[in-house]
Amino acid sequence: MEVTLKIVVCVKQVPDSAAKVVVENGQVTWGDAPLVINPWDEYAVETALRQQEAHGGEVTAISMGAENAKEALKHALAMGCQNAVLISDPALIGADSLLTARVLAAAIKKISGVDLAFFGRQAIDGDVGVTAAQTARVLGWPALTLVSAVSQLDPGVGTIQVERSVEEGRQVVEAKLPASISVVKDIGEPRYPSFMGIRKASRAEIPVWTLSDLGLEASAPVVTWPEITNPPKREVLTEIIAGDNPQEIAEKLVEKIIEEKVL
Amino acid sequence: MADKVWAYIDHFKGEAYPSSWEALGAGRALAGQLGGGVTAVVAGSQVKGVAEQAFQYGADEVLFADDATLADFRAEAYASLLSKLAQEHKPDVILFPTTSRGRELAAMIAVDLKTGVMPDATGLEVKDGAVVATRPVYAGKLLSQAVCNARPQLITLRVRAFPAPEPDAARKGKLTAVPAVLVEGDIPTKVAGYTTGGGGVSLSDAAVIVSGGRGISNNPALTPPSGMDEKQAEIWRAQEGFKMIGELAKVLGAAVGASRAAVDAGYIPYEHQVGQTGKVVSPDLYIACGISGAIQHQAGMRTSKMIVAINKDPEAPIFRMARFGVVGDMHTVVPALTETFRKRLGK
Repeated sequence: MEVTLKIVVCVKQVPDSAAKVVVENGQVTWGDAPLVINPWDEYAVETALRQQEAHGGEVTAISMGAENAKEALKHALAMGCQNAVLISDPALIGADSLLTARVLAAAIKKISGVDLAFFGRQAIDGDVGVTAAQTARVLGWPALTLVSAVSQLDPGVGTIQVERSVEEGRQVVEAKLPASISVVKDIGEPRYPSFMGIRKASRAEIPVWTLSDLGLEASAPVVTWPEITNPPKREVLTEIIAGDNPQEIAEKLVEKIIEEKVL
Repeated sequence: MADKVWAYIDHFKGEAYPSSWEALGAGRALAGQLGGGVTAVVAGSQVKGVAEQAFQYGADEVLFADDATLADFRAEAYASLLSKLAQEHKPDVILFPTTSRGRELAAMIAVDLKTGVMPDATGLEVKDGAVVATRPVYAGKLLSQAVCNARPQLITLRVRAFPAPEPDAARKGKLTAVPAVLVEGDIPTKVAGYTTGGGGVSLSDAAVIVSGGRGISNNPALTPPSGMDEKQAEIWRAQEGFKMIGELAKVLGAAVGASRAAVDAGYIPYEHQVGQTGKVVSPDLYIACGISGAIQHQAGMRTSKMIVAINKDPEAPIFRMARFGVVGDMHTVVPALTETFRKRLGK
């Protein structure tokens, strides 16, 4: 029997990284900046597609969010994913990371027979960065986080070897499938959606699953965010150091830096 | 009976990660309000030295798991250990440094104990018996408060955001040995080794950072070797520029950073990128050379204690964040700075 891969990639819709995000009247707003697929998740989609291209099989992109999260899924479809599913339910508004992980794990189980679940290292809105590890823990799968290269994958034997970017360098880790993987930027530049891909994605009907489709009930969030504020203004008095030549500038600047005792 | 406040001591093969001590210090401050002392958790193989250091930095008790299966950090084995200890002793708070290991561990324990994790906190206060964590969101464009209504409250602390206590070599405490929880056959991963050690000073915990941006490839005084096409010549110029930045960094004991523009242009590997999609840093001194200071970059370095900017463009946004600015060519100013620091610092 031919062995192919069943891959899930989890994506999130977030405000563009160049957006000017501020709090106005207690509400977070990003003006008319576009919502986009979380930049880290594009690397996860790219990695999923490369593995699928190398070993056969299919990639399903899933997202938990409101109706507009379909745009992130369409981006994943346009890049080349075969399927997409949106998980959307009013009871998920304000979901914390624990509930998110339970929902994603339930969706992965429902898709069934999944070998690999890919994630970006974190979403650039909440910057929490625990979803890959938590989803793995709910599923009872190994978590391979901060992966910078998939060095070996053998779907027949069911093993994977990856390199992880940790503080001390690149760590080589082996695990059995199924596994949950979060990726970092060095994994490889995400492809641009092709014209054909964009056309296909724009016509795609994306199924929506609710909590009851997953056999789950929403739990009250254990983590809440009572207040969100603009950071205090940085009070800096900028002093421009000038001089007739670089040497003079350098001497003045070094003197000033040493005076401020930051060294 | 272990304390209400715990700190996880992160280490790499027996070498403690310095911000573990920041977690002990922050734990001491919380314990002052919640009562009791601070218990440290040390796990590994042949890491008695780390436990002794934990006492010196303020732990009253160390829960100490020393086992061959814990020699490499594997999140599953460590999480099962900590979850079991927490179930037995019921701490209110467990603090971790925000390292790759600390974040992953807190994430998994939260699932086991059905509680919440508040990663990368930059401030902590106690209100009505609960810890309110302040944490940057949207890459520091906003600050969010977070509270967790389950126990234990799992909080990872941003590296260098909390002061480390002074060690006291004479300080001792209670060492409690605890067994590992998973046997080798139940641990789903194997660490085969390490391909590279980063070398140099790590960006995240550097006290001084010198960074280069797009401007690093514009040195008119350089003539690239013949035979290079335009792109190769640009990268060659940029690499020469980063060598110059590296010299200054060496004199200051600093790490080398870069803007996204410099990384995307292929001037320097991604490991060096500071910004929203790179590393978030908060050194005492950040010297930005040829960096305009896009929002993307600011998000990664705005909490630096002092920012110095060197840029040809007087309108560059980086100057609005800088304590000292030099409007000029980094290619002449940086080498002069290197020499001047070398003399002043006696190096």
